[in-house]
Amino acid sequence: MLQVTNLSRLMIGPVNFTINDGECVAITGPSGTGKSVLLRAIADLDPNDGSVQTADLERSKTAAPQWRKHVAMLPAESGWWQERVATHFQHPDRMPEKLPTVGLPKDAMAWEVARLSTGEKHRLALLRCLETDPKVLLLDEPTAALDHDTTLQIESLLKQQLANGTSILIVTHDAAQAKRLADRILHLENGTLHEVAA
Amino acid sequence: MSGYISLTYSDLLLASIFLVINGVLSIWLHLGLERKLAVAAIRMVVQLVLVGLLLKSLFSILSPWLTLLVATFMVLFAGREIWARQEHRLRGVWGFGLGTGAMAFAGAGITLIALTSMISADPWWTPRFALPLLGMVLGNTMTGVSLALDNLHTSVRRERVAIEAQLLLGADRWFALRPVLRRALRAGFMPIINSMAATGIVSLPGMMTGQILSGVDPTEAVKYQLLVMFLIGGATGLGVLLATFGSVWRLTDERHRLRLERLTNVKETP
Repeated sequence: MLQVTNLSRLMIGPVNFTINDGECVAITGPSGTGKSVLLRAIADLDPNDGSVQTADLERSKTAAPQWRKHVAMLPAESGWWQERVATHFQHPDRMPEKLPTVGLPKDAMAWEVARLSTGEKHRLALLRCLETDPKVLLLDEPTAALDHDTTLQIESLLKQQLANGTSILIVTHDAAQAKRLADRILHLENGTLHEVAA
Repeated sequence: MSGYISLTYSDLLLASIFLVINGVLSIWLHLGLERKLAVAAIRMVVQLVLVGLLLKSLFSILSPWLTLLVATFMVLFAGREIWARQEHRLRGVWGFGLGTGAMAFAGAGITLIALTSMISADPWWTPRFALPLLGMVLGNTMTGVSLALDNLHTSVRRERVAIEAQLLLGADRWFALRPVLRRALRAGFMPIINSMAATGIVSLPGMMTGQILSGVDPTEAVKYQLLVMFLIGGATGLGVLLATFGSVWRLTDERHRLRLERLTNVKETP
C-alpha cells in the first residue's frame, strides 16, 4: 500500500492518491510534465512537501535510506559506479537463478559494466532494485529500451511481484503496456493528476 | 657561519643579461615570446622589490597588529585564489567561505602552533618568522584545497546518476559519495606527497637552498626544511579533509539527497 497526501514538488501538485497492495497504477502524460519528478519526490530524492506512507512506514518518521529500500525507485537512466556488474549487487550469488526472468544469461554477473547495452543495464538495474525486497516499486519507463518479447518477460516478472502484494507505480508512454499491467491509469498534466479509464 | 655574501645591483644587472639574451633570440627567431617575457620579468622585479620594502618596514616596526593585517590579507588573497580555481563552486557564501575557512583554520592554526612552540621567537609573532612561514604553509594548503574542491565538484556533477542510483538503493550520503570523496582527497594530497617524495633528490627546496646560500650549515638548513615540510604536509592534509568533507556535507542533506542545485554552473557568476 502506498498513500500519497498533498505531495508537491516544483510545478507538481499537491497530488493525492493511494495504491493498494498488489495494485498497479500507471502514470501517463506528455513529456516534460514531471512524471519522473513525481517519482523522485515520492522516493524523497528531491526536496518536497506533503506526506507519504505505506502500511508499515510513514516517510517523515523513517530514515531516508530505509525508506528507499522499502519504496524502491527504478530511474529511467540506470547508474553504475564499479567496473564489474556483480559488485553492484548485495548478493550476486543469488542472481544466476533470477537472471533468466529478465531474459539475461546466468553468467551476466561476471560482465563488465562498460560493455552493457542500455537494455541490459536496465534489466540488471531492475533485479538490483528488487534485492531489498521493496513493498512499493516506482518504475520510470522500465521497458523503454527493450524489444517486445523482453518487454513481455519483464511485465510477467512485475505481475509476479504484484501477486506477492507489492504495489507498483509505473510511468509509461506505452498505452498498450498501461492497459496490460495497470489496474488504474492516472494522467499527469499541468501539475495535476486525473484518473482516466483503464 | 657568517658566509653570507651580499649582492650588489650590478650583480643583478649582470644576471639579467641572460634573460635579455633570451628576449633577443625570441625577436631574431620570430618566436613572439619577447613581450610576455619582458612583462613577466618586469612584474617580478616590481613585485619583489615592493615586497622587500614592505617586509623591511614591517620587520622594523614590529607591530602585532600590522603583522595580523598582512596575515589576514594573505589568507583572503589565497581564499580568492581557491575560489577562482574551481570550475563549479558552492553557491552563496559557501563558495568563498568553505575553502578559505578550511585553509585558514588548518594553515593559520598549524603555523600558530609552530610559531609558539617550535620556533619560539621573541615575541612569537615576530613578522620575520611568522610571515614567511605562514606564506609557505598557506600557499601549499591553498593548492591542495583548490585541487580537491575542483575535483569533487566536477565529479559529483559528472557522476550524479551513479550517486543517485546508490542513494535509491538505500545507501547513505557518505557511502554513496565515498568514491568521489576519495578521488577528491587524492587530488588534494597528491602535490604535497609528490614533493615530499622528490625533495632532496630531484630538487633542493628553495628555502633550504636560500639558507645554505646565506651561510647556514646544511644540516641546520635541512632541519628547518623538514620542519616546514611537516607543517605544510599537516596543514594541506587537514585543510583538504575539512574542505572536502564540508563540501560533501553541503552538497547533500539530512534526507540523504544530492543537492546539485547548490553548485554553480560553468561560467556562471554567483
